[in-house]
Amino acid sequence: MTSVRNCFTVFKRELKSYFESPVAYVFMVVFLVLTGFLTFAVTSFYERRVADLQPFFFWHPWVYLLLIPAATMGLWAEERRTGTIELLLTMPVTLLQAIMGKFLAAWLFILIGLAMTLPIVFTAVHLGNPDMGVVVSGYVGSILLAGSYVAVGMLTSAMSRSQVISFVLALVICLLLVIAGWPPVTGLFKWAPAWLVDGVASFSFMPHFESIQRGVLDIRDIAYYASVMIFMVFATHVVLENRKSA
Amino acid sequence: MLEVKQLRKTFGPIEAVRGVSFTAEKGEVLGFLGPNGAGKTTTMRMITGFLPPTSGTAVVNGHDVLQAPVAAKSQIGYLPEQAPAYDSMTVTAFLLFVAEVRGIRGAERKRVVEEAIKRCHLERVRNQSVHTLSKGYRQRACFAQAILHDPPILIMDEPTDGLDPNQKFTVRQMIKEMAAEKTIIISTHILEEVDAVCSRAIIISNGEIVANDTPEELKKKSESGRLDDVFRMLTVGKESDRND
Repeated sequence: MTSVRNCFTVFKRELKSYFESPVAYVFMVVFLVLTGFLTFAVTSFYERRVADLQPFFFWHPWVYLLLIPAATMGLWAEERRTGTIELLLTMPVTLLQAIMGKFLAAWLFILIGLAMTLPIVFTAVHLGNPDMGVVVSGYVGSILLAGSYVAVGMLTSAMSRSQVISFVLALVICLLLVIAGWPPVTGLFKWAPAWLVDGVASFSFMPHFESIQRGVLDIRDIAYYASVMIFMVFATHVVLENRKSA
Repeated sequence: MLEVKQLRKTFGPIEAVRGVSFTAEKGEVLGFLGPNGAGKTTTMRMITGFLPPTSGTAVVNGHDVLQAPVAAKSQIGYLPEQAPAYDSMTVTAFLLFVAEVRGIRGAERKRVVEEAIKRCHLERVRNQSVHTLSKGYRQRACFAQAILHDPPILIMDEPTDGLDPNQKFTVRQMIKEMAAEKTIIISTHILEEVDAVCSRAIIISNGEIVANDTPEELKKKSESGRLDDVFRMLTVGKESDRND
């Protein structure tokens, strides 16, 4: 019980800190403008004359790739740079409680941004008759994807005092995890044995994201995202345990 | 009561702390002296559970920092070097957060924060963000954070570093006020501070304790009877060129 409370205390402070600086507002505006522009202008939401959100969710892995590392780069790097990590870790909270509090705060922050895209659902409903099951599973897929990006970003944030290094590392790791299973890239490896290409691709965010986008909420895809997040949380724990100083 | 047992810390090939042991009782103000890079901060970080020791341990009021870190941490109030605090929060919000992490809830939480604000003379800046504070107020905000849960053990890393003479006086006054009911350890390289507040002084050099005595006894070690000379006598030549 205390562990949940400690975690919640850290969580609250972290979430509030997003809104105490301009970061939150810049992030939200850029996120909404970018997804709106890409959905309507680039993938021609209206011109397709199909009432579904496929052109909307299509962009999420790419928009997240740019924005989530920016939202998470400060999680630990900032604490280490300003020395507040020394306060946090000498208080009666365990490292895992602190990590979980921060992770959930950053994830929820992204989800608040995602919740602001709900008007696009109303648009689709107004224009036609979208399959709501697919819409819901699309959002579930996007939520899980965001959690995985946040977990990667938190890990790279723990690795360095520099937010720039954290941002670039998170972007590269996420990019690799995206393109390893993205059809245009896997298509280049037709000469390789299929089991190898599929094996590598199954580590990627993309095949799991796409199968959920089709409206198939498979427990294996959910387990994949959960295991990515758990792995990253524990990797963060190891990194912070072994740091040599603040 | 604090027992430090054979603490050692190595960073790769560098031995920062080599077997430091001492005890501190309630009512004592222990001055932790030494040149920059002697291992003061590293020792304090191991006692407070921030850095894991390479070997050895510390026992805080019966709680081993390695076996029961959370229980040990709850006994300690810690003012780290440079007085870190969350920049974007107001002083009041920062203290409320610390009280909550310390497990203080409800009306009690408000009460301890009000008391800490009063005790550290922070009324004037209580609604200001931490990053707008002057060095002296920042130091006191972090000091308030360290004492608000009324810890039996208070550990302060250079609490008067960078303060003007008036601010130094205020901080020392606050330390003296609490001395009787707590075990206090302060690190410093300012020797006048030892005379001003400490009941005992430990001199650490190159990661080892070279003296552990009352200021009066230490002074007798030098012919001039001055602490500066004792300090120099015990620490010069032992310094290596490594960083803190």
